[in-house]
Amino acid sequence: MTDNPFGDVQPGVFPAILTETHADESTQPFWEAAKQDRLVAPRCTNCGTFRLPPEAVCFQCQRREAEWVELPGTGTIYSRIIVRHPLHPGLAPVVPYVTGVVELDGTQGAGARMLVNIVDCDPETVAIGDRVEIVFEHVNEEMSIPRFRPIEIDI
Amino acid sequence: MANRASTGLLITLSAVTIKDKAAVVGIGRTPYWKRGQSYPETEMSMACAAILDALDDAGLSVADLDGFSIYANACDPATVAAALGVPEIRFAAALSAGGGGSAGALGLAAAAIAGGMATCCVTLMSLQQLNRRLGGTAVDGMLAYATMSTGGGYGRGGISPSVAFTANNGMLSPGHGFSLITARHMHLYGTGREAFAEVCISQRDNATKRPMSLQQEPLTLDDYFDSRMVSDPLCLLDYTMESDGAVAVITVSAERAKDLKQPPAYIMASAHGGTGRWGPGIFRYCQTPDEEFASSGHRPVAKRLYEMAGVGPEDVDVALLYDHFSPLVVLQLEDYGFCPIGEGGPFVEDGNIRFETGSIPVNTHGGNLSDAYIIGMTHIVEAVEQLRGTAINQVEGAEIALITGGPASLPVSGTLLRR
Repeated sequence: MTDNPFGDVQPGVFPAILTETHADESTQPFWEAAKQDRLVAPRCTNCGTFRLPPEAVCFQCQRREAEWVELPGTGTIYSRIIVRHPLHPGLAPVVPYVTGVVELDGTQGAGARMLVNIVDCDPETVAIGDRVEIVFEHVNEEMSIPRFRPIEIDI
Repeated sequence: MANRASTGLLITLSAVTIKDKAAVVGIGRTPYWKRGQSYPETEMSMACAAILDALDDAGLSVADLDGFSIYANACDPATVAAALGVPEIRFAAALSAGGGGSAGALGLAAAAIAGGMATCCVTLMSLQQLNRRLGGTAVDGMLAYATMSTGGGYGRGGISPSVAFTANNGMLSPGHGFSLITARHMHLYGTGREAFAEVCISQRDNATKRPMSLQQEPLTLDDYFDSRMVSDPLCLLDYTMESDGAVAVITVSAERAKDLKQPPAYIMASAHGGTGRWGPGIFRYCQTPDEEFASSGHRPVAKRLYEMAGVGPEDVDVALLYDHFSPLVVLQLEDYGFCPIGEGGPFVEDGNIRFETGSIPVNTHGGNLSDAYIIGMTHIVEAVEQLRGTAINQVEGAEIALITGGPASLPVSGTLLRR
């Protein structure tokens, strides 16, 4: 698949179409931590509200000050879709893949959800309410893409 | 009725309302085509044809036209006015965002007219998907999505820092986003695909009775469940088709409307917007509060709309609900109060949206799904025809029609027309 504009793609993993972080003051710490496989998020120092993606202003109290907090990197699937139709021929080997919204443990939920590709899973069995954990794909020196995968539960 | 604004200023709503100040008096359109088949027409030629058709319907001429109240970059008023020979433009404004503004653009017209800025406004859409496709499906489309500015909307250029959080997750199209909302609704309330099928089938049924509608083959439940899944839980038939064509409508003051050719369709109320944290909604963040995530985003708009009009859902005779994706019709029925939140699925499956037999006939023209997808404009035309009593699938004695635009990135919108 060397002639694929998306590069060397694999089933279930959506390829990086943006390979630079385009970071600014509000987002740089997230990407720096991601390089080290750590999930961090800004929490308002005034009212304690998390905001992701990071923004300059708190949507609850409109203050700018925030502290960066490391999160456990686990969460619960809030909603999810199974993409079955490739929107480009180059994505044919990727489908079916799962994209979903994950509510992050250690936050207030809404306001700190992440919209991510869910990998290392059987797309047919991934369900809302499933527990997942973060896994970073290191694309290059700058960009590490956060993805989530199901947490294996021993029965 | 009074409302205290956050500034402490006392605002009397009755003094500032657009209620009953303007009316839709002319409707015009080109034929509808499947995507790309309108060639060798152009978006300009179709826009001009639809506007002239609408003016003629009203008994007006280009000499009367002085306002453009548009949405979703429908046209460049400067270019259209020059081509048509409009004597003087006095008002040219658009609602921000996309298809969510279709119904609300009538409110913009009413505001311009009630405010004395214009006397005769056109609202239109001209669409030719020859070199472009709404939603974007190729690499260019994805990259356009990936490079959206923080302002939202497609193709605004510039890569904002927040885009890196959404570009690589596989959410590429509006269909993906609305599937995400639909999946949550199914999870919370047990909504079944049978409800979405009923939306598709009932609207197809309506379209097959109309010669101008693009979809003429009846649809069965088997057809629906045999349709391939695109972004699970949505299948191909849940997606609107892609169409070409132009539609225009003319709005003037209620007083002037009485003397024109057609019975006026008065603008009782119009509202647009939505809850701030819905924002660009499904296209970006998915940070909408839990009580609103599995909704159409229309709830606050519906509340303001009914308050302005002084009526409720029980007074609406026919609902023309924006239907780019069939599940969002179900969610709008909830948000506009035709059934309780979470009960849209069973409500639809019980036959409530059927023409002739349902409690609230929905998209009697076939909608975006089966009539033509001119980004919501066909809904406005159908509402006006219903109130004139000239619709092909005429709801007997229809007096009040609801039109909506969106859900999409805010604003979404709703308008109530009465005869």
